Amino acid sequence: MSTAVHRTGIGSALDVERIRQDFPILDQTIHGKKLVYLDNAATSQKPRAVIDAIVRYYEHLNANIHRGVHTLSVRATEAHDEARETVRHFIQAADASEIVFVRGATEAVNLVAETYGRANVSEGDEVLITAMEHHSNIVPWQILCQEKRAHLRVAPINDAGELDLDAFEKLLSARTRIVAVAHVSNALGTVNPLRQIIHLAHAHDVPVLVDGAQAVPHLPVDVQALGCDFYAFSGHKVYGPTGIGVLYGKEEVLAEMPPYQGGGDMISSVTFEKTTYNVVPYKFEAGTPDIAGAIGLGVALEYVMGLGMDRVAAHGQELLAYATEKVGAIGGVHLIGTAKDRAGVLSFVMDGVHPHDLGTILDRDGIAIRTGHHCAQPVMDRFKIPATARASFAVYNTLEDVDALVNGIHKAREVFA
Amino acid sequence: MTSQHNVDLGDLYQEIILEHSKAPRNFRKPATANQEAEGYNPLCGDRCTVYLDVEDGAIKEIGFQGSGCAISRASASMMTQSVKGKSKAEAAKIFDQFHRLVTGDKEAVANASEMGKLAAFAGVSKFPARVKCATLAWHTLQSALEGKHEAVSTE
Repeated sequence: MSTAVHRTGIGSALDVERIRQDFPILDQTIHGKKLVYLDNAATSQKPRAVIDAIVRYYEHLNANIHRGVHTLSVRATEAHDEARETVRHFIQAADASEIVFVRGATEAVNLVAETYGRANVSEGDEVLITAMEHHSNIVPWQILCQEKRAHLRVAPINDAGELDLDAFEKLLSARTRIVAVAHVSNALGTVNPLRQIIHLAHAHDVPVLVDGAQAVPHLPVDVQALGCDFYAFSGHKVYGPTGIGVLYGKEEVLAEMPPYQGGGDMISSVTFEKTTYNVVPYKFEAGTPDIAGAIGLGVALEYVMGLGMDRVAAHGQELLAYATEKVGAIGGVHLIGTAKDRAGVLSFVMDGVHPHDLGTILDRDGIAIRTGHHCAQPVMDRFKIPATARASFAVYNTLEDVDALVNGIHKAREVFA
Repeated sequence: MTSQHNVDLGDLYQEIILEHSKAPRNFRKPATANQEAEGYNPLCGDRCTVYLDVEDGAIKEIGFQGSGCAISRASASMMTQSVKGKSKAEAAKIFDQFHRLVTGDKEAVANASEMGKLAAFAGVSKFPARVKCATLAWHTLQSALEGKHEAVSTE
């Protein structure tokens, strides 16, 4: 067995034992077994630093931002601004004004569809997505296309779950108004060739929105190097709290866009006759935001940047390679998503064992995975399967976690033998 | 919490359930079917179509097709056996008992033995995430009995 070699190898990227101590939730048993959390693509666990930051905010800092002259309001505003700057740094945006706080990647896509989309998509126009998108990067565009009598075009994927770039290029037309594409597929793990996609789209003067929800926990992201026009992600998948997320937009693109929701903070002056909107990003942030959430997200991003995103990525690749080898070697198991470039998730089906049954059997051993269609039903249809089992990884996962998964799969095999 | 430690996988995957899941009965569309409904669990992607031949208010023939987990397949299979030949009212009553059984109704659990083979599903109540798997086929049956009734009623 080569496992001993792997075990040594994994320590080279991250000190996982130390990292595990940063995540209080991991120190528990489920059904009497040590928790093995492999559902990170659904949501990641939170380090103590994030939990503490949220508690500290409510215990010492809570006040509304951009409002008062009083000290707490000033401090809360500063903390919120710092979080925005941390996000900017995390994705290498040029300016913090390009960072719009939203509830999550879903709201970020909806925001762009409802503002940029409504302003730029007309009857007969086209929106181009791919066949591997999450529902949240399909449905907002469907709604837009329905409203505008525009057409949703879908670039196909091959049997490995990779985007067909030639077909994608052919689908770019004079009527294409926006391209929306996942950075990393949540159901297949495929890492899309973003630079090529963006290069092709820009050659047709088409802006590109990237759904980065599954990418930011695993890959260093540089939006300027990518050149994307929009980049969306959720905080809770990258060790931050739920309810907070980010829409990055190029400053010149955001500035031209109509506002999203109306309310406080997004205006600079209001009379009953006319309202003047605030500058970006505030134009898109109506109402009192999730201040604690933004601060928590900032701390989460500081945490992963402290580990080093290159090391985080290397650790993820080691786990994925090990899991691909071990799970893929089990008789009757078929991996779904075998792209050359993958990150974060291992999706598979088993002969004779439905993913839900596997999920229940693993749960009895304290192993949490996701089973189902992963909010990517068109992907399931593409592979002619109703559901998959999906194990997804994070910085605190170990090779032993993968071994536990493998043992659980064998156990399921026995139950249904 | 502690009681969950005592829940065994065998409570869910009873032998008869495993057996029906591997070899479901009435897994077909009967040639005489005159009513049908499709059930779908959007959370997990399970699909189930129930076909009925209803004559004089009774289920003369029944079959099902679809894809799903062991629990949903076994539940559909055993459902077809338990309601075949029953009147619509009787079938509805069995569903009511079954539903109470799998959702942990104390009385239904205590009287599970009266339900014959369906008593094997008592363990489902200890796995709340799986209740919908066990009831999908039954909801579909209900829909087939109610939905098409108005249009094709021979009564």
